[in-house]
Amino acid sequence: MNNSLIGLETTIGGYNLELFGGKFKKDLRDFKKGLDLKGGIRIVLEADVSNIELGERENALESAKNVIARRVDLLGVTEPYVATTKSGDQYRILVEIPGLDNVTDAVNLIGRTAQLTFKQIKPDSGWSEDRIPEFYTNPDLWEPTGITGADLKGAEVIVASQTDIQNQGRPQIKLIFSNEGREKFSELAKKNVNKPIGLFLDETGVPLSMPIVSPDLAQGLTDDPVISGDFDFESAKSLSIQIRAGALPVPVKVLEQETIGATLGAESVQKSFFAAGVGLLLVVLFLIFRYGRLGVLAGVALFIYSVLTLAIFKLVPVVLTLPGIAGFILSIGMATDANVLVFERVKEEIFWGKPKNLAIHLGFDRAWNSIKDSNISSLITSFILFQFGSGPVKGFALTLAIGIAVSLFSSIFVVRTFIEFSSIWGGKKNA
Amino acid sequence: MRNLMKYKIWYLAFSALTIIPGVIALIIWGLNMAVDFTGGSVFRYEFESTINTEDLRKVYSEKNIEVEAVVPESGNKYSVRTKPVDPQRNNEIKDAVSVVFPNAEQLSFETVGPSIGAETTRSAFVALSWAVVGIMAYIAFAFRNIPKPYSSFRFGVSAVIAMLHDALLLIGLFAILGHFKNVEVDGLFITAVLTVLGFSVHDTIVVFDRIRENLGKLPKTMNFEDVTNYSVAETLSRSVATSLTVIFTLSALFVLGGDTIKMFVLAMLVGIISGTYSSIFNAAPILVLWENHAAKKKK
Repeated sequence: MNNSLIGLETTIGGYNLELFGGKFKKDLRDFKKGLDLKGGIRIVLEADVSNIELGERENALESAKNVIARRVDLLGVTEPYVATTKSGDQYRILVEIPGLDNVTDAVNLIGRTAQLTFKQIKPDSGWSEDRIPEFYTNPDLWEPTGITGADLKGAEVIVASQTDIQNQGRPQIKLIFSNEGREKFSELAKKNVNKPIGLFLDETGVPLSMPIVSPDLAQGLTDDPVISGDFDFESAKSLSIQIRAGALPVPVKVLEQETIGATLGAESVQKSFFAAGVGLLLVVLFLIFRYGRLGVLAGVALFIYSVLTLAIFKLVPVVLTLPGIAGFILSIGMATDANVLVFERVKEEIFWGKPKNLAIHLGFDRAWNSIKDSNISSLITSFILFQFGSGPVKGFALTLAIGIAVSLFSSIFVVRTFIEFSSIWGGKKNA
Repeated sequence: MRNLMKYKIWYLAFSALTIIPGVIALIIWGLNMAVDFTGGSVFRYEFESTINTEDLRKVYSEKNIEVEAVVPESGNKYSVRTKPVDPQRNNEIKDAVSVVFPNAEQLSFETVGPSIGAETTRSAFVALSWAVVGIMAYIAFAFRNIPKPYSSFRFGVSAVIAMLHDALLLIGLFAILGHFKNVEVDGLFITAVLTVLGFSVHDTIVVFDRIRENLGKLPKTMNFEDVTNYSVAETLSRSVATSLTVIFTLSALFVLGGDTIKMFVLAMLVGIISGTYSSIFNAAPILVLWENHAAKKKK
C-alpha cells in the first residue's frame, strides 16, 4: 500500500486510512456502551427531601448527588454515571456503575446518608504546616469534636469584603451554624488557634478541607466563620456543595435497581452486529437484483451511510444500548426506502416514455414529496419517544433520529451525486 | 389496471379477522406485564442442567419471598419473578440458591418499585397519545392543499385508523404469546409498537401522496375511487420492495441476534408486515368509503 496515494484497510470494527502520506487510525470498536451492553449495576434512589425547606431542595439534591458520586469514585470503576432527575414532586438520583455485580455492597456503600463531622488534631499528633499532606492522608491523627452536620445550617460562597486586605475580591465559603452550633464552634476555634480544623464527610478518612484557625478568632466568633484560601469560584462552589451535603442530609431509598451480567451483554452485541451485517448484505443483494446498476450505487450509499452514522454515534457520543442498535438497524430500512422510492419512480418515468437520463432526474424530484413527508412523520415519532420515553426508549429514539437524518443525506445527495458524476448513464442519453 | 379497490370491504373484513383472536385474548387473559410496569423483582439464573422449578421456588419461599412465576428460558436459564425484594438481601438469596444448586450463576437481578411501574405505564400512554395527535396533525398539515371537495382531515384520520389497527394486532398477538409462552410486555415492546406506528404512517403517507398527485393529474372524469385504485396500483411495488428490505434486516436480527431482543424484533417484524398491509388495504379503502359517503351526502 506504500505506492498508492490512498489506502483503506478495514479491520473488524475499525479502519486505518492512509491519505496522501498521512495516516489516520480510528478504532470504531471503542463506542460508549450502555450498561446493558457492558454489564453492571443501575440504581435509582429516591431522595427524601421532605425535611428540607422548599427553596433549598434543589441544592440539597445536588449535594446528595455529589456525595454519592464521591463514594462511587472510591470504587475505582471506569465511567460511573450519577445524575439527578425530578419526576412530579419526587427527587431522584440515578447511579450506573459498570463492571460491578454485587448490588448489595453497592447499595450499602451509596445508600447511606451523608454525615459531616468537624475534627481537631489529637494532642499527641503534633502539628506543623510542613506536615499538611500527612494530615490529609492519615485519619488517625484526628479526633472528633462533637460538632457535626446537624449543627450546621448551610454553607455559601461569598466574596471577601473590602476590609479583608489579604483575600480581597476572592471567593470564600461562609459556614452558617445554628445558635447552639455557633457556641460550640466558637469554643473549638478558641482552643485551636493557628491549628487546622478538619471537615470530614462520610468517614472516608480524607478531609474535605482543613482550614487553619486564624489568630483573630482567639476571642471566639464575632460573625459567621469563613473558609478562605486559594479558591476560584469553581472550587469554592464545589466545596460548599459538599459541606452542604453534610448540613442538609438527604436520606435516600432504593426505588429500582438492576444488575446486568456482562456476558449477557457482550453476547448480545456480537450477535446483533453480526445480524445487522447479514441483514445489510441481504438488502444490498436485493437492491442489485431488482434495480441493477442503480442498486449497486444504493449499496455503496448504504455503506457510506453506515460509516457516517457510526461516526456520529462516536462523536456525539451516543451511548449504545440494545434498543439503540435496533434503532440503527431500523433506520437502515428507512434509508433504503428513500432509494426504493426514487428508483421505482425512475422505472415509472421510463415506463411512461421518458428518456433514461431525464427519468432519473424526474425520479429524484418527484419522489422527494413522499420521502419528505414520510421521514418527517418518522422524525415526529422519534421526537415524541425521546421526550416521553424512559432511558432505553430515549436511546432508541436518538439513534433512529440520527439515522433518518443521515439517510436523507446519503440516499438522496450521495446517490444523486454518484449518478451525475459517473459515466454509467452517459452513453445511454438517447436510449 | 386491476381494480384493487373493488374488494375494499373484504380487505377490511380480513383485517378485522386478524385482530379478533388477539382482542379476545386481551379481554380474557389481559397482557403479561413485565416488572417495568407492575413493580417487582426478577432474578435470572443459569444452571448446569435443567432443574425442578419447585426446588427453586422453595428457596425463595423459605426466605419469605412471594414468588409470582418461575419461567424457563432458552438453554438452562430460568427467571424468577417475585414481589419487590430489597436489593440488600440479594447476597443472602444468592447464597441460599447456591446451597441447593452449587453451580448456579446469577445472570441478572432487577427490582422496580411499584411507583416507578405506575409511572412507566403512564408515560407509555402519554407517548402513544402524543404520537397519534402529532402524526394526525402533520398529515392534516402536509395535505392541506388537496383539491376540494376532499379533506386533508379525512386523510389524517384514515392514516391513524390504519396505524391503530397495527397497534391492536400487535398488542393482541402479545396477549396470546403472553398466555401461552409467558412473553412479557416490557419497555422494549412499547418502543416496538411506537416504531411500527411510525413505519405504518410512513407507508400510508407514500400512498396518500400519490393519491394527491393523481387527483391533480388524472382526468376529472375519474372518480375518487378510481384515482385511489390507480395510485395504490402504482405504489404497490414500491411498498412491497421497501417492506422486504426492512423484513430482511429484521429477519436476520430475529434468527441471528441475541436472546434479549428476540421478542422486540418479532414485534417489529409482525408490525411492519401488518403496517404494509394496512396502508394499502385499510387506509386507502377507509378513505374511499369516507369520501364516497361524504360525496353522497352532498347530493
